[in-house]
Amino acid sequence: MGAVLEICDLHAGVNGTPILKGVNLTVRQGEVHALMGPNGSGKSTLSFVLTGHPVYEVASGDILFNGESILDLEPDERSHLGLFMAFQYPVSIPGVTVANFLRTALNAHRKAKDPSDKGVSIPEFRRLMLDRMKFLQMDPSFAGRYLNDGFSGGEKKRAEILQMAVLQPKIAVMDETDSGLDIDAVRIVAEGVNKLVGPEMGVLVITHYQRILNYIPPQFVHVMYDGRIVESGGPELALKLEDEGYAPYEEKYGKVVTAP
Amino acid sequence: MSAENAELLTLQDRYEQKYGFRDPENYVFKSRKGLSRAIVEEISLMKGEPEWMLEKRLQGYEHFIARPMPNWGPDLSVLDFNDIYYFVRATEGEGRSWDEVPDDIKRTFDRLGIPEAEQKFLAGVGAQYESEMVYHKVREDLEKQGVVFLGIEEGLRQHPDLFREYFGTIIPYNDNKFAALNTAVWSGGSFVYVPPGVEVQMPLQAYFRINTANMGQFERSLIIVDKGAKVHYVEGCTAPVYSTHSLHSGVIEIIVKEGADCRYTTIQNWANNVYNLVTQRARVYRNAKMAWVDGNLGSRLTMKYPSVYLMEEGAHGEILSVAFARHGQNQDAGGKALHLAPNTSSQIISKSISMEDGRSSYRGLVHVAPGATDSRSNVVCDALLLHEHSKTDTYPYIEINDNDVLIGHEASVTKVSEEQLFYLQSRGLSEDEANLMIVNGFIEPFVKELPMEYAVELNRLVALQMEGSVG
Repeated sequence: MGAVLEICDLHAGVNGTPILKGVNLTVRQGEVHALMGPNGSGKSTLSFVLTGHPVYEVASGDILFNGESILDLEPDERSHLGLFMAFQYPVSIPGVTVANFLRTALNAHRKAKDPSDKGVSIPEFRRLMLDRMKFLQMDPSFAGRYLNDGFSGGEKKRAEILQMAVLQPKIAVMDETDSGLDIDAVRIVAEGVNKLVGPEMGVLVITHYQRILNYIPPQFVHVMYDGRIVESGGPELALKLEDEGYAPYEEKYGKVVTAP
Repeated sequence: MSAENAELLTLQDRYEQKYGFRDPENYVFKSRKGLSRAIVEEISLMKGEPEWMLEKRLQGYEHFIARPMPNWGPDLSVLDFNDIYYFVRATEGEGRSWDEVPDDIKRTFDRLGIPEAEQKFLAGVGAQYESEMVYHKVREDLEKQGVVFLGIEEGLRQHPDLFREYFGTIIPYNDNKFAALNTAVWSGGSFVYVPPGVEVQMPLQAYFRINTANMGQFERSLIIVDKGAKVHYVEGCTAPVYSTHSLHSGVIEIIVKEGADCRYTTIQNWANNVYNLVTQRARVYRNAKMAWVDGNLGSRLTMKYPSVYLMEEGAHGEILSVAFARHGQNQDAGGKALHLAPNTSSQIISKSISMEDGRSSYRGLVHVAPGATDSRSNVVCDALLLHEHSKTDTYPYIEINDNDVLIGHEASVTKVSEEQLFYLQSRGLSEDEANLMIVNGFIEPFVKELPMEYAVELNRLVALQMEGSVG
């Protein structure tokens, strides 16, 4: 049976300001969901709350992974379960090579599964990493660069996808992976994601625009507005949004004034 | 017991397990505590020194007594010079093979992995226990080429002229209070001479070990790298943990002649009751290169500013340092580059890490003498703070007496950010692992200057240092 991420009537915020106001959503391993919404609707907050960023407070509701609440788990413990977030703004870690970072992360995952694990051997890791990089059409020299340090916007996003390819999460949240990228970069990154999408991975693609969905076709589309999912449907919903924008929701639910 | 004391004890436990073991004291000679003219004379007599050396020692002693404690830096008032053993002779003589070293002392160096490293990747090893070297050996092929690597006392005996020509000329007895003290009571250390054109490819290593409580270790090293020669000298240091203070006050003098290349690497991991007050200086001649690579992880207080005196045109000096201060530690480190000739260049890169209430400082000087035209110097000092109450200070001094020079200075203070930690944790690293990764990345420019074996050792020491941080 595949993994299931369930978000149940989730209320959360930051510094006492409510942002998520009752989110309900279920993502199963093997499914592709798109979560769309205007700026400030709470999309990024949802991804941070899912992965356990310490700044956000959950007021009520629950997040279940395979039926168990993960609210009390640290971000690393959530990662060990198979939850992954591709960051909108990946953070640079100067002096730490992509290869070293990936190996440390992979070993942390192996150790979480089996405390007696001695870690992946360097030759085995090299093979795995180079295989994943080839799969994503990345230049091997990338492995020797310092993580996100001086990376272009496109390189940062590809580094996120590489991490995803190495860690092989069960459920991946992609937070505005397309933002700040030109159309060629979106295509390259999306092709990488497509290669990973399949029965082994469920994806929640968070995006403002429809364009990335041309490359990563979703089975389910959800519209988030003012901290709630206000409409769900199939791929046709994304096309409708492309035509009409978010104005109909603004009319229906009022203008959102909170900052993102 | 307060939580803080309990924490300090667990930190000491961890050091204790690895380095902090103590040996019984079966010593040949241990001086009474305290410093006097008689003790200085006794040391000189026991070493069978020539008259001129005794005179130098006494000059040092008089100057030490007369000179006030330095007051421009960290507080040294807790040091009680009367509560220190100035000379402890552990063995009868210096061994040329490990079989000649007494069993219990050999076991100590076995536990520290020194003979094993000697087999694997070193060109020569010196091991100092308490006041004197107990072992010194250089590979035979190097010996045949005329490379000298001896205990300092042996150096004086076997090479009196060379010794007298340079001893105390780079760091005179009246340079500072602790150089004066070292001149008075110096004991142990290395004497290195590399003949013209000889390149020693693998490092020479000296290892310093303090075993006795309230010990004063005053190693003195003299390294002469002749024209076009090349050498890399590495020193490491550990001690058991005692509740009372020990003092390590070394003086290292280096001469790098025309076209020569010298690198001196320190991995200092003294127990956190050791006061580590060291003077290191190199004179660098025409087109020669000197690099100090200085890693300070241990000690209660370190005050250490390796210096390069760029004497002739084309001389180049580098000082790369990492200082890591955690609870109860103060690392006052940095470097000095003196440009005394035209077209000389220097680079100072200082990386400091402060965690818990540890304090680290960069204290540095770049001096350009009149006429040192076309000199270039670049200083980069970066500080990383792990916790709210961690401290860092920067004291950069720049004195420029020539108009046509290029001097750069950059300083940065970084805090480990919540966003960095969260990013790494979201990839499956624990908070401790994430902190360690950020620190390792921060010191990467330093670590990559080390031979692989030392890079591995340093990363391991950093991991040990960071274990169980209390925030």
